Amino acid sequence: MDDTRRSFLKFAGISALGLGGISTLTSLMPGPATATKGASAPLYKDTNKALTAKRWGMVIDTRKLTPSLCEKMIDACHKAHNVPNHDNERHTIKWLWEDDFEHVFPMKHDEYLADRLDNLPILALCNQCNNPPCVQVCPTKATFQREDGIVMMDFHRCIGCRFCMAACPYGSRSFNFRDPRPAIEKENPDFPTRMKGVVEKCNFCAERLAEGKMPACVEVSEGALVFGDLEDPSSEIRKVLRENYAIRRKQNLGTNPSVYYII
Amino acid sequence: MKDKGKIIVGLVIFVAVFTFPFWYNHGAATQAPEPELTEKAKKADKCVEETAYMRKEHMQILDEWRDTVVRDGKRLYVNASGKEYMASLSNTCIDCHSNKEKFCDKCHDYASVDPYCWDCHTYPEEKE
Repeated sequence: MDDTRRSFLKFAGISALGLGGISTLTSLMPGPATATKGASAPLYKDTNKALTAKRWGMVIDTRKLTPSLCEKMIDACHKAHNVPNHDNERHTIKWLWEDDFEHVFPMKHDEYLADRLDNLPILALCNQCNNPPCVQVCPTKATFQREDGIVMMDFHRCIGCRFCMAACPYGSRSFNFRDPRPAIEKENPDFPTRMKGVVEKCNFCAERLAEGKMPACVEVSEGALVFGDLEDPSSEIRKVLRENYAIRRKQNLGTNPSVYYII
Repeated sequence: MKDKGKIIVGLVIFVAVFTFPFWYNHGAATQAPEPELTEKAKKADKCVEETAYMRKEHMQILDEWRDTVVRDGKRLYVNASGKEYMASLSNTCIDCHSNKEKFCDKCHDYASVDPYCWDCHTYPEEKE
């Protein structure tokens, strides 16, 4: 063997070229026909009957709230969205819930508050903030803001870090510490459940709006909730807000909530 | 080459052990599964796209659907021939393919893939 390093390198170089050339050639050759979708690319559209708005908002008329009505609305919401009902209070999942005035409006709890407010259950839900802190902190963009203002969760992307729960000043988010399925009384097949390890919250019934329906709670609210486009001056919600004094939760934090309360 | 015998014996043993999985399983390969269609799926004849495409790319379609529905809010899928479908696993796909065990699971089990769709989405057995 009188191979020198020189001849070995030459040989190796040519071999490498040859190998590269083969793969280039094969990729240029017409391969077997790959399965295609068809002639034109598929499209995605809005459903024809979808309700749309520039910024969805809600007014809660606390004058019309009663404990039984609150329960009815909460029930409608939680049934529609497969919200589990865990026995252990520490595992509670809530999209829509009722709380005392002093908890919903901690800064506004005055020493001598009207009796009515002291005993009234106030309905609370995700405020669908226009400047949502939960969206800012989410590391995977699982929580995002839609163009119509709804702060949505993409459960597929949630990694369960719970930054959003720390960021939300309203306690609107719940974490699935356990598998929710066994705690769901009757599963609604039209809406997915969640799995252990994801956060969830109210989505302003985005899935119902797409079908042209009002949110589940609004539908059964007997007029206590008004839902509509906050940026449309002629909408009913704006009319209600013009005619009544309404407040928002912790508005000094700058989150710009889209849920108003008529007191 | 004093150890010729030992080396050859060693080599034979090595080759035998190394190729054991191949000849042990020879001829024992299971048949590729044939997913069963429900009557409804048979009647529809075509899925949302061509069968060959669906067989190969259904996971891509599902992935695309979930992003467009959840993130862009567009819930209507118009296929290549202009037909419209609601882009929904739980409602559209499973409406026809309501036999998860004989349809989805057949290939998924064979190929040892374990999609986590069903952790959250409802399959027909649970519709009761």
